[in-house]
Amino acid sequence: MSELNSMSNQAPESPERRRFVGAATAAAGLAIAPGVMLYQVAHGRPDDQPASSAVRWGMLVDSTKCATGCNDCVSACSTENGWTPVAESEHPRQAPQWIRKLELEDPLTQRETNLPMMCQHCAEPPCVDVCPTGASFKRADGIVLVNRHTCIGCRYCMMACPYKARSLVHEPLNDTQKPDVPRGMGCVEACTFCVQKVDRGDGNTACAEACTAAGHNALLFGDMNDPESEISRRLRELPTKQVRADLNLNLGVRYHGI
Amino acid sequence: MAGKIKSLLALGAVVLTTAALAWAGADAPAQANGAPKPVITKAVKGEQCVEDTDFMRRNHMKLLNHQRDKTVIEGVRTKKHSLKECIECHASEKTGSVAAAKDDFCVSCHSYAAVKIDCFECHSTKPQGPMSMHPLNAETAHYKHKLAARTTSEASAEEMAGVAQ
Ligand code: SF4
Ligand code: SF4
Repeated sequence: MSELNSMSNQAPESPERRRFVGAATAAAGLAIAPGVMLYQVAHGRPDDQPASSAVRWGMLVDSTKCATGCNDCVSACSTENGWTPVAESEHPRQAPQWIRKLELEDPLTQRETNLPMMCQHCAEPPCVDVCPTGASFKRADGIVLVNRHTCIGCRYCMMACPYKARSLVHEPLNDTQKPDVPRGMGCVEACTFCVQKVDRGDGNTACAEACTAAGHNALLFGDMNDPESEISRRLRELPTKQVRADLNLNLGVRYHGI
Repeated sequence: MAGKIKSLLALGAVVLTTAALAWAGADAPAQANGAPKPVITKAVKGEQCVEDTDFMRRNHMKLLNHQRDKTVIEGVRTKKHSLKECIECHASEKTGSVAAAKDDFCVSCHSYAAVKIDCFECHSTKPQGPMSMHPLNAETAHYKHKLAARTTSEASAEEMAGVAQ
């Protein structure tokens, strides 16, 4: 909240400052009328600031917009984070998979539902509860991660996760990792909400960017703690569900249309 | 029984002497016939490391350990002591990596000191994007690129090591 306050404190001042702010946001802004701009303030946080619990990153999946046969979010994730697409893997049954596309059909009505499934970034994550080393942890801003420096590969978290969101890396990666995304054999991994992009201030994930680029707009990423954010606004308007809401895990990923 | 104890003692003595000899050997300057000295290639980019060279030789692992926890757990992404930035500067011009060949920056010293590096089980040994894209390289990028294309192989490790120490 303090960030929000400081932002609004700085709002309208000298013309110089206004020009500067105008120039800086012009690229990201959307002109609704001459001189009137609508833009979302990205949560760029300085390098030396730790992640803050004032923010809670979350995602809204609009399954009514998620297209049959489209796999763009999955490929975007694999490209951004450097995991081999399951179809290209030599051992598909044990290949790491950070996000997967589900196409479901209701046996009674034959209604089809499309949705991507990945780590739900639970506020009360069972994977963290069971981890014997503390490697599985929730960051202040709600992103659930594996600290590979302390993960011993026991896979308790994979058993505990109700969403089958986690994978173990079974094979040596032979220096094919992305510089921004360390990964390694013998460690468990899952969706990180593109933590490297979030920390860079991109304010979006690779999957959501790809979905928007494909024109589907089914994925919306943002700060669920900020009442002004696009995701909070949409969550207020749309009926949404948490998968296995009965478990009371308070998920960071919400689905509309399931 | 007594015989057995005697032979055990003798064995113990032999083991101890060997160990002592080995220890003395390690202390003697590793020159001439000793293990080859590590090749320390000057960083391709930048003039001065983020800390004094002597300090870094002894303490880089402490800085890296501290930084890794700050980054992974808290999300602090300062560049100064980050492994990624080490790699940005120290990746070899030949292999584009800090640990692909035996003369590459990290491997060279670590194999001399017989200390296994675990970092690269998970971390990439290469900088992000082509070397010429590095900000420190901006003005000379075009020229470095040409240079690299011309000297295909014969800018040997020894030559590069000449700038070291
Ligand atoms: S979805 Fe699974 S891996 Fe993700 S936070 Fe919840 S329990 Fe952990
Ligand atoms: S596999 Fe790693 S992260 Fe998962 S429970 Fe075991 S130590 Fe923790």
